[in-house]
Amino acid sequence: MRILVVGAGPAGTRCALRLAESLPAARVTLAGAEAALPYDRVALSKLLTGEAEVAGLITHPLAALRGAGIAYRPATPIAAIDRAAGAAVTARGEALRYDRLVLATGSAAIRLNLPGAALPGVVAYRTLEDVQAIRRAAIQGARAVVIGGGLLGLEAAVGLAARGMKVTVVHAVGWPMERQLDATAGELLTRRLGLRGIAFAMPASTVAIEGATRATGVRLSDGSLVPASLVVMAVGIRPQVTLAEAAGLAIGRGIQVDDAMRTSDPAITAIGECAEHRGRCIGLVAPALEQAEIAARAIAGEAVAWAPRADAAALKVSGTAVWSAGDIAAANAESIVLRDEAAESYRRLLLRDDRLIGAVLYGDTADAGFYLDLIASGRALGGRRQLLAFGPAHWREAA
Amino acid sequence: MTETCSSEPRPVRTTCPYCGVGCGVLAAPDGTLRGDPEHPANRGRLCSKGTALGETLDQPGRLLHPEVAGQRASWDAALDAVAEGFRRALAQHGPQGVALYVSGQLLTEDYYAANKLAKGFLGTGNIDSNSRLCMASAVAGHRRAFGEDLVPGVYEDLELADLVVLVGSNLAWCHPVLFQRLQAAKASRPGMRLVVIDPRRTATCEGADLHLPIAPGADVALFNTLLRHLHARGFRSTAPGLDAALTAAAGETGLDPALLATFLDWFAQTPRTVTLFSQGTNQSSAGADKANAIINCHLLSGRIGRPGAGPFSVTGQPNAMGGREVGALANMLAGHLDWDRPAEVTALRAFWRAPSLATGPGPTAVELFRAAGEGRIGALWVMATNPAVSLPDSEAVRAAMARVPCLVASDCTRDSDTVALARIRLPALGWGEKDGTVTNSERVISRQRPFRRWPGEARPDWWIVAQVAARLGWAEAFAWDGPAAIFREHAAVTALARPAPRAFDLSGLAGLDDAAYAGMAPIRWPVPRQGEAGGRLAPAARFVPTPFRPPAHATDAAFPLRLNTGRLRDQWHSMTRTGLVPRLMAHHPEPTASLHPEDAAGLQPGGLVRVESRWGSAVLRLKLEAGQARGSLFIPMHWTDRFAPAARVNAAVNPAVDPVSGQPELKHTPVRVVPAPMAWHGFLLARRRLAPEIADWAALLPAEGGIWRHELAGTDRPAEAFARLRSLVAEPGAAWVVLEDAAIGLHRAALLREGRLLAALFLGREPELPPRDWLPGLFGQTAIGLEARRSLLAGVPADGPPPSPTICVCHGVSAASILGCGGGDVAAVGAATGAGTGCGSCKPEIAALLARMPVPA
Repeated sequence: MRILVVGAGPAGTRCALRLAESLPAARVTLAGAEAALPYDRVALSKLLTGEAEVAGLITHPLAALRGAGIAYRPATPIAAIDRAAGAAVTARGEALRYDRLVLATGSAAIRLNLPGAALPGVVAYRTLEDVQAIRRAAIQGARAVVIGGGLLGLEAAVGLAARGMKVTVVHAVGWPMERQLDATAGELLTRRLGLRGIAFAMPASTVAIEGATRATGVRLSDGSLVPASLVVMAVGIRPQVTLAEAAGLAIGRGIQVDDAMRTSDPAITAIGECAEHRGRCIGLVAPALEQAEIAARAIAGEAVAWAPRADAAALKVSGTAVWSAGDIAAANAESIVLRDEAAESYRRLLLRDDRLIGAVLYGDTADAGFYLDLIASGRALGGRRQLLAFGPAHWREAA
Repeated sequence: MTETCSSEPRPVRTTCPYCGVGCGVLAAPDGTLRGDPEHPANRGRLCSKGTALGETLDQPGRLLHPEVAGQRASWDAALDAVAEGFRRALAQHGPQGVALYVSGQLLTEDYYAANKLAKGFLGTGNIDSNSRLCMASAVAGHRRAFGEDLVPGVYEDLELADLVVLVGSNLAWCHPVLFQRLQAAKASRPGMRLVVIDPRRTATCEGADLHLPIAPGADVALFNTLLRHLHARGFRSTAPGLDAALTAAAGETGLDPALLATFLDWFAQTPRTVTLFSQGTNQSSAGADKANAIINCHLLSGRIGRPGAGPFSVTGQPNAMGGREVGALANMLAGHLDWDRPAEVTALRAFWRAPSLATGPGPTAVELFRAAGEGRIGALWVMATNPAVSLPDSEAVRAAMARVPCLVASDCTRDSDTVALARIRLPALGWGEKDGTVTNSERVISRQRPFRRWPGEARPDWWIVAQVAARLGWAEAFAWDGPAAIFREHAAVTALARPAPRAFDLSGLAGLDDAAYAGMAPIRWPVPRQGEAGGRLAPAARFVPTPFRPPAHATDAAFPLRLNTGRLRDQWHSMTRTGLVPRLMAHHPEPTASLHPEDAAGLQPGGLVRVESRWGSAVLRLKLEAGQARGSLFIPMHWTDRFAPAARVNAAVNPAVDPVSGQPELKHTPVRVVPAPMAWHGFLLARRRLAPEIADWAALLPAEGGIWRHELAGTDRPAEAFARLRSLVAEPGAAWVVLEDAAIGLHRAALLREGRLLAALFLGREPELPPRDWLPGLFGQTAIGLEARRSLLAGVPADGPPPSPTICVCHGVSAASILGCGGGDVAAVGAATGAGTGCGSCKPEIAALLARMPVPA
């Protein structure tokens, strides 16, 4: 059996490895659009700060892939899928035959269509190449603007600040990482990043990137100008569905899949950020890897189903761990807040009908699994509500 | 810390300042205190309060300098002001317009000086003592039966008796050393029986052979019934008055007939019977009759003045007896001399050279303060007592004192509700500083000796009295050079107008020189000649008819419950001393109202309730106790403005008094109990004492390490109260850890700096809050980390057993440790945990705990 995995990100690579293990007779090919070996995208921020170099980010050396029986094809973007022929056609026109195709094409950084967005000095923050471009453009003492105060934007800002740049983050909402943090945690994070010299313009939106031959600043909707020789766009990602769409697969925001991660074509599976399961796309590594495992087992003939767990985001921003799960912006929810000024730690637990429905942890995320279980199980808290904020040790003690 | 006055390294022999047992105490030069093995009252034993005496010596809040109108003044200026106030009051109202209100905490010599000033020179009977609240009914009973105030028996009788009947006495808590002597005797002679007569099932009932849960106020009915029973069984007496006593209306006891019959039978068949009675009988509008009803039974059965037999009044105060001996009560003259015997009055007038000697008794305490409230008292001097708290209808008492133009308070503490009201404040010596004598409940006179320097400008009470007397022109009559001279004069008074039908005689001590007085060993009176000492007394006596009268105020639909007040094991009076000792406060940290569970419909256990009477109200925490009789509630009387302003129970207590003794009916007030709704309950632990006014309801107590615990409740919104209380303890450079669950009104915070805890604040909607006994210990730690901070706010130690209330204060043993040690009886628990092996006061509670413990299947 010929299995072709398109996309050598974490999900694609994991799926290829599992297929090679479970189906030794199959020929597994892993085709990546980027020239690099599979690397740890989450660690790109370390590359920017200089804490790591490219070699240190590589997760699967070529020898390891070969040893696992995988044919790795770097720098092999796929241009089209010929479903009738059972082949994927590379940009160079080569047809890669498959019996089963796994799409793990991930997502692409969104580039805002602003005046001046194409000027030199305006870059995205998504891939190894993007980061290498930013590193080249970063000049000590010069000014940079990061558009977007999500996780990637903050990582870029921290990296640039580490490289000696004066950074301003422009963010549309009143506090950064609003999808993972509540306002209080956002404020704590803003204060902490402020100590590192990172300024924030919030809430604010960019109307144009100024500059004649290259970027010189960012114009905000209130008319003010933030000077910058480097503008990093980190305003979000979009599932890469062009290939699948052209092949006639069912598409929503992403490539629609069933519980076994099969697309509308039973021979084709989609996993990771490009896939849309029951109307939702994921954006984190952990569920992407779960999907990869499920897809591999399904292709091997097991009857398996992927069930999304409660959304949980465990992140590290500038050395501060943050984690959130469930519904953290719920209306009509009750909140338990525990805040420790000395430890710079904070947690908000959101409750409805005596059940935990969401949680934000800032600073100390050791109890994340405990809260995730409670959110996922939907268990009633009963008399132990008063101990909820103190984590599993106190909770079990009271059981 | 402790300084000794003696240059000798030997310990100083002195006497405990608490209850009327009068235990000997050895004060070592290094400041440690222990029971005196040679003192006849205790033979080395001490109770929980006495054991903790050493912790009360360095009292904060001492009054160290005289003050006039809120300003520090010299002694001369202050004494001049007192003299001027009394002179003016005498001029305006005559002798009836000046008054002294004194205390069983005074030494006999101080008492004598005060009584001499009032009766001899101010010419007024207006001197009464807080003994009025404690002993007056027993005094009246003794005088009616024996013609004199005397206790026939000695403590040893409790050990020699085959039947000990405790009436209105929670001996285990209020006279713990006597109770221990009794328990030890009972252990060595298992045939000995103990009967407890009390509407409440108290700690004293643990180990008793019979508990008679008598109807409140029905003691006279019980002993009238007993008298008839004894007569029916053939007991006869030639003492006068028997027929009238037998025909007096008996009354109903409210007892189960079988229980009653058992008691009657045991009493009738046991020649060696002691009936010990205390506040439960005395504090009644029929208190004197109760005493006489008891004495009648002992007279008829001939059980008086014999080993192991007799009626036995025990006093509440260390020197109530001394005050009785010098006559410092409104209805006594001096030294058991009597206004009714003109020769004695004449002899005293001549001896004192006091032509204006008072001609008759003055009003007793409740009447005296009523007179003050009516503007008839121009100068009132309160010595060493706190009537603003201890008298019934205490709001009226406060108002009365506020009306007195010249209110003088001499005290060792500045933090008393009464001292706060006074215009002139005079610093007096406290225990360990004073020098003189006290008399205990078995007529033993013991020395209280000083072993500490006089603090600030504090002076002996007798000296202050003498200085005022001198300024009023009577210097010669008060020219003593020390307590020995006063004692000799007091002893000489007892020799006046002899021969006389008086047992009280200290003639044999009137010639003591200063050195002999300094070294005087405990001695029981009468001492008619040098070298003699008293023993049991068998005075000529008469029966006093005691027709049953119910309490003065009956319950009705509006006030259906009976309020009973009393004492706690580890507290003394208004807590000025014991309230400063964390381990004494730990046993019962908050003012409570105890109610039988079936009387508590509509009330939240552990919640706050308002106890209302026609006279006033108090707000306390509701405690449900099955040992509480239906229809009645019990409230401890200790709390003051300083500790819990809303919980002063005497504000609600009725002012009815016994017509004979003048003693208030502190143990029977019709009340109702209603919820005191609060928006939040909480506690605040801080490194300093905050004012009780920080919340609508507050109870303050010291905890270990100088930490103050504030139990609080309020009617404002929890979130607002939380913010307000946090701001009171906030400090620059400190960091908070805060838990808030606003939807359920839960707010908790701790303030720390560099790993040290500064404050902890817990608020919730419900009265149920996490245990906090263990939290003060955290204030001593220097590196409280993240996990420890969380544990703190969780209210649960991260490791170790869940917090449990302390039972044994000597060894700090908790209820959980006692229940978990595997010991099946008190002795085994003691061997395993040490609990009960210190002062032993907690043994009844250990027994009760073990009795409640389920037996393993």
